[in-house]
Amino acid sequence: MATLKVLVVDDEPGIRSGILRILRNFRVGYPFMDEDFDFEVVEAETGEKAIEIVESQPIDIILLDNKLPGMDGIEVLEYIKKKEYDAQVMMITSYASLDLAVKATNNGAFNFVPKPFTPEELRSSIEGITKHLFLKRMTRQMNKEGKQVRFQFLSVLSHELKSPINAVEGYLKIMKDRQVGENLADYDTMIDRSLERIKGMRTLIMDLMDLTRLESGKKAREMRKVDLFQVARIAMDTMEPMAIQKNVKMHLDCPETLTIKADPDEMEIIVNNLVSNAVKYNKDNGNVFVTLRQVNSIINIKVEDTGIGMTEQESALLFQEFVRIKNEKTKMITGSGLGLSIVKKLVEGNYQGTISVRSKPDVGTTFTVMLPLN
Amino acid sequence: MKENKKTVLIVDDDVDYLAQMEIQVKRLGFDVLTADTQKAGEEIIIREKIDLAIIDLMMENKDSGFILCYKMKKINPKMPVIIASAVTAETGLNFGVETLADRSWIKADTFIEKGIRPDQLEREINKLLKI
Repeated sequence: MATLKVLVVDDEPGIRSGILRILRNFRVGYPFMDEDFDFEVVEAETGEKAIEIVESQPIDIILLDNKLPGMDGIEVLEYIKKKEYDAQVMMITSYASLDLAVKATNNGAFNFVPKPFTPEELRSSIEGITKHLFLKRMTRQMNKEGKQVRFQFLSVLSHELKSPINAVEGYLKIMKDRQVGENLADYDTMIDRSLERIKGMRTLIMDLMDLTRLESGKKAREMRKVDLFQVARIAMDTMEPMAIQKNVKMHLDCPETLTIKADPDEMEIIVNNLVSNAVKYNKDNGNVFVTLRQVNSIINIKVEDTGIGMTEQESALLFQEFVRIKNEKTKMITGSGLGLSIVKKLVEGNYQGTISVRSKPDVGTTFTVMLPLN
Repeated sequence: MKENKKTVLIVDDDVDYLAQMEIQVKRLGFDVLTADTQKAGEEIIIREKIDLAIIDLMMENKDSGFILCYKMKKINPKMPVIIASAVTAETGLNFGVETLADRSWIKADTFIEKGIRPDQLEREINKLLKI
């Protein structure tokens, strides 16, 4: 329950106490709001007192009579507008004229309630103003967060794109000046590292393309029967060269008839990312176990490795964009830091599924994806 | 020729940048120690006698460089510290240690941009070591 503060500005005590009674047990709720709103009434008998209150505490809604003994309602309204208080104003007046209405609306009054009003009329006005206030604040917050997130994303992205360029450029300069002598073999590591960084950058660009497709929702999704055995097979074949280099053995346990109605590209992205991580972050001579099963109406995809593992703190960060776990064991491994955030987006956003991770440093990591069938 | 070679510590989380700086600084005639985290950098400072440090700004955390710099100056106030960063090129933020106000909160002696030419790097190092 959230409470909105309503300031009633009227010189007639009867009106103030009437409004207090009407709003005392009133609740406003909408299906799209997480919580209901109730109302706390604060009273002011003059415009001057109203301004004093507005300045000393946060007020959400102001019910404002125009005809007041000192400064009038319109003047209070102008003041509130000038100070840009985040309050919605509703005029209550028995002398409603067109002139006043125009003036009040120009100064940001939300609406009018003519005096005398029935409790029903007041409640329905308050309901409207509450909804308006809620949406306005929500929109503002979302805009703010959205901008923030985009800005962060872009600044991290530019860093991630630039560091491989800097690294390769640095090596090329060293080679150009023959800084470590004339023996070509002495440059081999630099060439290997340059190639590795370029590979990392390509992965990042590919991942970015996946991500922009997801975010913009532009790519038409093509839902059809996807052969999961085949998807797993292909993912493992793709990782075979690296697995051979590290002498990692991959094992597949999946019924050949296992299917899901899904977008085939998306299924590939999910399984590829998990399998490639399991090989990349494995130890030499390790194992990767890929298990796919249907349990009731849920497809279970489990990818288990015997790799370097992670601490609990590291696992907690894992699904965020551009998060790469940095430590002694991962420093030579390239990655975009986007793969798992993409997988999570797909699993949760497009399939209402879940992804979880269990990991132990130096023992291994298990990712489990659960996709409900429809 | 040099009787007592000076030791330069380089701290950066990009292993390739670290390797490249190591080559360049060694060519200038210094002994080089490297660390790829703020933590490893702190450990070396306590253990070894370092004449000058070149450290990256953003490592484990965005402010790792500043913190490392601060700790280094606390342990060894006379040791010059250079902060090497690509932060200006990437964010447009300008850092400097030319004014007194900046010096009061950034403990580094000089800022260099990453990708600086070897001869410029040499000049900066020599200036700080008064060679």
